[in-house]
Amino acid sequence: MKGMSIIVKKVAQLISGLIFLYGIYIITHGHLTPGGGFAGGAIIAGAYILNILAFGSDAMNLKNKEQGSSLSESLAIFIVLMLAVFALFIGSKIFFANYLPKGQLGEIISAGAIPLYNIFIGIEVAAAIITIFLALVIFKEEVKK
Amino acid sequence: MNSLIPLFVIVPLATSFLIMILGKFINGFQKTITPLVLLFLTVLSFYCLLNNHSNSYTYAIGGWEPIDNIPIAIYFVMDGFSLILLCIISLIGFLASVYSISYIAKFTSENNFYSLLCLMITGMSGVVLSGDLFNLFVFLEISVISSYALVAFGTEKEELEASFKYQVLGGIASFIILFAIGLIYWRTKTLNIADISALFHSHETSTFDLFIQILLISGFGLKAAMMPFHAWLPDAHSSAPSPISAMLSGVLIKAVGIYVIIRLFFTMFIVSEEISLLITTLGTISMVIGVLLAIGQWDIKRLLAYHSISQMGYVVLSIGIGLVLLARGVKPTVATLAIAGGLFHMVNHAVFKGLLFLNAGAIEHRINTRNLKEMGGLSKHMPVTSGTSFIASMAISGIPPFNGFFSKLIIIIAAVQAKFYLVAFLAVFVSVITLASFLKFQRYAFYNKSEHRSTSKIKEVPFPMLFSMIVMGILCLAFSLLAFPGIREQILGPAIDVLTNPNQYVQTIIGI
Repeated sequence: MKGMSIIVKKVAQLISGLIFLYGIYIITHGHLTPGGGFAGGAIIAGAYILNILAFGSDAMNLKNKEQGSSLSESLAIFIVLMLAVFALFIGSKIFFANYLPKGQLGEIISAGAIPLYNIFIGIEVAAAIITIFLALVIFKEEVKK
Repeated sequence: MNSLIPLFVIVPLATSFLIMILGKFINGFQKTITPLVLLFLTVLSFYCLLNNHSNSYTYAIGGWEPIDNIPIAIYFVMDGFSLILLCIISLIGFLASVYSISYIAKFTSENNFYSLLCLMITGMSGVVLSGDLFNLFVFLEISVISSYALVAFGTEKEELEASFKYQVLGGIASFIILFAIGLIYWRTKTLNIADISALFHSHETSTFDLFIQILLISGFGLKAAMMPFHAWLPDAHSSAPSPISAMLSGVLIKAVGIYVIIRLFFTMFIVSEEISLLITTLGTISMVIGVLLAIGQWDIKRLLAYHSISQMGYVVLSIGIGLVLLARGVKPTVATLAIAGGLFHMVNHAVFKGLLFLNAGAIEHRINTRNLKEMGGLSKHMPVTSGTSFIASMAISGIPPFNGFFSKLIIIIAAVQAKFYLVAFLAVFVSVITLASFLKFQRYAFYNKSEHRSTSKIKEVPFPMLFSMIVMGILCLAFSLLAFPGIREQILGPAIDVLTNPNQYVQTIIGI
């Protein structure tokens, strides 16, 4: 897959950073506003996919990227599970208990462990969507050859 | 004991992610950790089964207490019935994973295989533990989606086609189930099984409830491959790698199909006589037609897959007879006997059908064909495979002293005592045809002279495969002991108690 014209490349470069920031905003405010890990993760994946579409798959070494995204996906979901298991060892010793202090309602740092879950679920979803996209691109390239 | 419950979900789930992370860097990590973890789960589940004193353990995830007796947490509930299922899931899972060490070595991407196997076990354990309809659905999807991928693991044309068919029909089933769960939520405003049960028992059964029950029977019937919904099973079970076929046939259709039907219809709904007669009829039809379709098959794994439909028919019809008697409110002892027969046959089927699929895999591993006409004379070269498959064939056909005989006997006695004479006759008739069909399997695979190939180079399969087959062969004999009174009360008794008094289940959750 070849890249698109220079106009598209420049606009994609400019826009993708903003999209990425917006995704981070959605994830970190997951416990306060609508959205959260899943929605924000999908937006972050969108930022990457936009760049891949604009610059074409030749420009990047996609196979290595696919391995990296698949690894970070497994790591993120494993950390989510471990955050839940960690609750078995402290406090009330109950799976998925919210062990951190709850804080003030409406503050960015509040709601105990829920923002942490949101962040890692965001990484997991972004990595998973990128992995699926790269798998489809790589499959198409291989069919062409 | 209560604090052990979430381990059944956490441990295989964590293993499956760990394999994806560490399996790339450490050689042989995946094939050592999976059997070890599943062995741990087997020991844990048998420990719980043997120390099951209060017969009902609950675990509220996140520690949310009920408010005004309305449960708001997601509950895990472990009682006699789910314990039996947990034991089969982890036991067959353990033996299948040991078997895979040699069997899967010829495939690439072993990491994906073991990771998906662990995910499938997570899903099934979650289904049998969940006390909440929506989480039951989520765990069901985890296990069936990983099984779609495992069916397509060989990535040949046939396997992909089977997996696609399985996905389409499984997707329809999931849609129907989710729709029914939505309707239940609309009607009762809750998803907790105990809470729904209390609400249903305090109201009259309306036509709307009957509609929900029919939807659930069709949805879970599709997952359990009962007769009108069986089209995906022979393809999917015969195309999957053999240890996975053993898991699918031995465990998956029970855990996500039969278990849920039994749990929902005994515990959650007030079942009318019509619905229970419908369940009995579905069971009888699948028992008879399954075996008639099996008899003409020449592909061993397809033959075994059709027999799975037929044997599941025994379980469903027996449970159905128990349900009819409970709905009529007559002969509680016969109802207990029928339920005991159904559960016993379910446990037995997991062992002997698992063993038969492993045997089929061993034959395929050595001579690369599944066609019975191209085999023959294997008993000299593969004595262990031949011996264990003889045990399993006799067990499935109901020959004493193997376990299949006792469970079929209990089912037939219960059917006669409940005055279902036609069903009892059909059960005997199907058992005879099953014997004929397995004698054909024995003769063509192991005793006939081969005309197509020289058999001199064929060796016995490697040790891990032999280990699983021998253990399952011993279990085929050992599970006969469950028929004897003292042991039956210890193992099957709690499960039957749970099913015959649904109030106990409701009270342990609502009355905390």
